[in-house]
Amino acid sequence: MDPHLYPWIILFAPLVAAGLILLLLPRRNAAAGVVGIATAALTCLLSWKVFLQPELAVTAQIPWLDIPGVFAVPIGVILDDLSRVMLVVVTTIATLVFVYSAGYMRGDEGIPRYYAALCLFLFSMLGIVLADNFVMMYIFWELVGVSSYILIGHYYRKDSAADAGKQAFLVNRVGDFGFLLGILMLWLATGSVMFSGIEQNLSAVTLHPGYLIAACLLVFCGTLGKSAQMPLHVWLPNSMEGPTPVSSLLHAATMVAAGVYMLARIFPVLLAAPEVVRDVIMWVGAITCFAAGLMATQQDDIKRILAYSTISQLGYMVVGIAVAPVNDVAMFHLFTHAFFKCLLFLCAGSVIIAVHHEQDIWKMGGLLPRMPLTALCLVAGTLALVGCPGFSGYYSKDLIVAYAHGANTAVFWITAGAALLTSFYMFRLFFVVFWGRPRGSHAEHAKQSPAIMTIPLLLLAVAAVAAGYPAVSKHFFALPHGEIPHIVHFALLAALLGGLALAALLYARSPMTDPVRVPLFANRFYIDNFYDWLVARGQGGLAVLSSWFDRWIIDGLVVTGAARTVWATGYVLRFLQLGNLQAYAFFFGAGVLALLYFLVFR
Amino acid sequence: MLNILFWVLSVLMLGSAAAVVLFRNPVNSAMSLVLSFLALAALYVTLDAFFIGIIQVLVYAGAVMVLFLFIIMLLDLKAEARRRLNVAALGGGLAVLAGFILLVVQVVKSLPAARLPFPPLAGADHSDVAEVGRALFSNFNLPFQVIGVLLLVSTVGVVILSRRSLR
Amino acid sequence: MPTLGDYLLVSGLLFSIGLAGVLLRRNLLIIFMGLELMLNAANLSLVAFARHGVTAFGLPDYNAQVLVFFIITVAAAEVAVGLAIIVALYRLRQTTHVEDLDRMKF
Repeated sequence: MDPHLYPWIILFAPLVAAGLILLLLPRRNAAAGVVGIATAALTCLLSWKVFLQPELAVTAQIPWLDIPGVFAVPIGVILDDLSRVMLVVVTTIATLVFVYSAGYMRGDEGIPRYYAALCLFLFSMLGIVLADNFVMMYIFWELVGVSSYILIGHYYRKDSAADAGKQAFLVNRVGDFGFLLGILMLWLATGSVMFSGIEQNLSAVTLHPGYLIAACLLVFCGTLGKSAQMPLHVWLPNSMEGPTPVSSLLHAATMVAAGVYMLARIFPVLLAAPEVVRDVIMWVGAITCFAAGLMATQQDDIKRILAYSTISQLGYMVVGIAVAPVNDVAMFHLFTHAFFKCLLFLCAGSVIIAVHHEQDIWKMGGLLPRMPLTALCLVAGTLALVGCPGFSGYYSKDLIVAYAHGANTAVFWITAGAALLTSFYMFRLFFVVFWGRPRGSHAEHAKQSPAIMTIPLLLLAVAAVAAGYPAVSKHFFALPHGEIPHIVHFALLAALLGGLALAALLYARSPMTDPVRVPLFANRFYIDNFYDWLVARGQGGLAVLSSWFDRWIIDGLVVTGAARTVWATGYVLRFLQLGNLQAYAFFFGAGVLALLYFLVFR
Repeated sequence: MLNILFWVLSVLMLGSAAAVVLFRNPVNSAMSLVLSFLALAALYVTLDAFFIGIIQVLVYAGAVMVLFLFIIMLLDLKAEARRRLNVAALGGGLAVLAGFILLVVQVVKSLPAARLPFPPLAGADHSDVAEVGRALFSNFNLPFQVIGVLLLVSTVGVVILSRRSLR
Repeated sequence: MPTLGDYLLVSGLLFSIGLAGVLLRRNLLIIFMGLELMLNAANLSLVAFARHGVTAFGLPDYNAQVLVFFIITVAAAEVAVGLAIIVALYRLRQTTHVEDLDRMKF
């Protein structure tokens, strides 16, 4: 097969699969699953092939929107180091999650719909990864939003799931609006929407620094929404209403990383922009990283803990984009995070299935002897997440924190503090769920999940442990060499041990309820409540106003008003209709008289 | 001579026309109308329009007026009872009338050709009827046919209208 | 010799008298007679113009006289139809007074 076709096959195979499943197999659960898994495996295979043979790296374009001299948007693929790594991550994890889903979704009535949406998601995500221009990326960016909406609302009969889907969509719209404006500003300035074109032309044109700052920050708005950074993070925890594999693939490993990937893609532009852009990005990442960690410490829903953890880790990546001189630093953390966070979510899904769809950690407990394999995997994922030496997170997180140390002392301490929080909430999760006594009959009778779910877990666990080793990562990234300051190692190790000790102290004795209560954290700083209030008051008020305007000004004055004017004029004029012949004759005579006068004498 | 004849005929015609409007009894009005039409026919003759004058006598003073009198007799119309005068209608009508007379006088005064005497005719050896007939059957043949159809249609219409049950 | 203006003035006065009959009298038949007077006024001015516009052969303009001929014909038809309508109306309402015939209004 022609290697030039590989990227196109990778991109469009999932779309074909989605169509196939929806059109031909809408009732065939098993067949839909087979088609979905086979497609994911095919894209995975080709992605690895493209990755292992860099000489296959081609860029190809099909002209699409072409207004000569004004505007040219091709549908094009770009295969460079960045996109090839991302391809491998996305397709590998997608394949494992597709397989795992076959076990998790057993007995669900909407399996074909589920797999079709997953394939659609895979198509859109690969589109983002392969896009060589902003317009194409934006299109797939929105497609990712659509598939996310469909998948969050998979249990659409549940109001909370439908609402969460809507919220995810709407909150992303806020960020995407800024993203679109940013794209347009960059296009206006450089005359190109191609990433390469923007980078080349940016050095050629002289721009007011404020213009470039505004453009970059508006583009960063896209990351705010898609990667759930403060203050647009509220949708991600609520998106946990979707099936757990979806949370794992979309809302932990790949889709939410698209924002970071986009920043990495335009990294040269960010470097060329004034310093203040990267400062803003750094502070947003640092604040998100720490605040989400605080919120995670007081959540009771196993998936929500992991969701806030994801937000926190995405904050790390955003900090990594801002502080490091190369984009590979953030991409490295994205890479390791994708594996261990996916693993953690799949473990959580395994637990949830075992305790009959219970997600409250205070109804679990004592699962370690009952499902040892899951516990083992979860421990591996946790150690990777908290950055235990020897696990993947250790390498990637330390690198980011080290650069933060070099860039800004305050941000260094914030990220180190977030590491303490990470350690605390993850070991809290472990102790409450797996340690001590079961807190309910479901937990007591929990059993290890079937092989179709545990095999992906084990594979991911291996990846989560090994992905960070320099021997592995050197194949994927060109990481800068340099001595990491001892204070960074020391601070992170102290944070890890401190968090572990605190969690052990509080939760190792298996209390029935949480001994620590911080309503501020449990209620996520009341940000959700603030948005509720804002929507209820601001938007509700606006709706009342526009309804009034529509009812009285549009309907009343313009529509009914016009009709009433005609009616009233007619009402007045009909009194001229006297029925008296001589009155008509009089009007007629007077009219003729006037007409003749004007005709003859004027 | 012609001058005196013109003025006598004009005054006769206008006087009898005014009598048509002024008489209270419709029969008297109709008789005045006959007189007015006859005077008008004579005026046509003073304009060397002999054929039109004769047609005027035959059709108007003859046929049309007979029809009028017949209908007046048929409906057995008496003199109108005096009614309360509609002052507004009377005032409005008189105003329009005054305006119209003024307008006519103004038009006639401002027309330069109106002061010239009529140009002389070539001679008295031409046949008036023949000339009208020639014009009628050469230049106006199609309108002539159409008028014929119109008369037919109006005849049929009158027959329909005169039937007892109009519903 | 009477001029064209004299004839036109007489014609205009005749027309005005007819108009007065239409505007001021309230008997349908008299109004109808007023209409006839107005038509004849038009005829008079047409004939006067025919006499005024002598052709190259020294003859009156017979085209105008043909028009008068047509008007007389149409007027005859009009009188027939109009009187038939008045008779039909009288059968329904037993009146020829226009103020009693004002039902066609809002």
